[in-house]
Amino acid sequence: MHDAPKDDGRLLRLTPAARAGLSVSFAVALYGLSFGALSVASGLTFWQTVALSALMFTGGSQFALIGVLASGGSPATAFTGATLLSVRNTIYAVQLKALLNPTGLARYGAAQVTIDESMAVATAQQTQAERRRGFWITGVGVYIGWNIATVIGAVAGDHIAEPEALGLDGAVVAAFLALLWPRLRSKEPWALAVLAALVTTLTMPAVPAGIPILIAAGVAVIWGLISARRQEAVSRA
Amino acid sequence: MSSLWMWILLACAAAYATKIIGYLVPAAWLQHRLVTQISGVLTVALLAALVAMNTFSGDDGLSFDARVGALLAAAVALLLRAPFIVVVLVGAAAAAGLRLLGVQ
Repeated sequence: MHDAPKDDGRLLRLTPAARAGLSVSFAVALYGLSFGALSVASGLTFWQTVALSALMFTGGSQFALIGVLASGGSPATAFTGATLLSVRNTIYAVQLKALLNPTGLARYGAAQVTIDESMAVATAQQTQAERRRGFWITGVGVYIGWNIATVIGAVAGDHIAEPEALGLDGAVVAAFLALLWPRLRSKEPWALAVLAALVTTLTMPAVPAGIPILIAAGVAVIWGLISARRQEAVSRA
Repeated sequence: MSSLWMWILLACAAAYATKIIGYLVPAAWLQHRLVTQISGVLTVALLAALVAMNTFSGDDGLSFDARVGALLAAAVALLLRAPFIVVVLVGAAAAAGLRLLGVQ
C-alpha cells in the first residue's frame, strides 16, 4: 500500500474504482429504463414497479418476477423464481463481509446494495480503500440510477403502445446475455449454460411459466454436486 | 391490498433476506467449498435459463421472433468486447430493426 499514491481513504474520490462504479451505474440505468417500461407492460401498476426497484433492488429477480407474471405464471411461481435468483446475493454478501466487514447500520445498507455489480467492482480492487469505494459508489450509484430510470421507464412505458417496437424485449435478452457472458470463461460454464438454456427451452411448452427456470436450477445443483465429487476424486488421486 | 401486492412485498422481503443473511451468518458456514461451487453453477444456469426464457417465450409455448436476432446481435457485440450499455442498445436496435423489416 505504501507504493500507491497517497490515498486518504475518503469515500468520494475520483479513483479508478470510483470511475468503474460510475460507468457501471450509468450503463445499468438503461436497463432500469427497460425494467420500468416492461414491468408496466406486464400489467404491474406504477407503484408496484417503483416498489420493486426500491425494495427488491436485484435486477435479475425483478425481471424474473415480471417475466413470469407477463407470461401468465402465478404470483407464487414469480415469487419463487425471483427469490431463487437472489440466492447468489447471499454468497456475494459473505464475500463482502469478509472483505469490508460493515458493522452497525451500515451493514443493513450494504445488504440492500449488494448486487452483481457492486460485488464485481469491489472484489476487482487491490486496496482496502478502493474496495470500499468500489462497493459503495457502485452500489449506491446503481441504486439511484436504477430507481430514477425505473420511474422514467414506467411513465414512458405507459405511453408506448408496444414496447416491442422499441426493441425493449431485445434489450432484456441482450442484458441477460451480457450478465452471463463474463462467467463463460471456460468449457464447463459454457456446457452448463447451453444445457440450462436447452432444458428451459424444451420444458417451456410443457410446464407453467417460471417452472422451467426452477428445473434449470435443479439441473445446476446436480451439476454442482457431480463436479464437486469429481474434483474431490481428482484431488484424492 | 391486492394479493399481487402481497406477493410483491413478500418477494422484496425475501430478496432482502437473501442479502442480509450473508452479513449475519458466521462466514465459515458459507465458505464451505460445496456451497460456493453450487452457487457459482446456479448463477450460470439461472442466467442462461433467463436468456432462453426471454428469447423464446411465447403465448403457447415457444416463439421464434425478432428476439432471436437480438440475441445473436448481442453475442456479436460481446465477442467484439462492447461494453454492457452498448450490448443492450445493440439488442434493442436489432429487435426494433428486424420488426421494422417485417419480422415479427
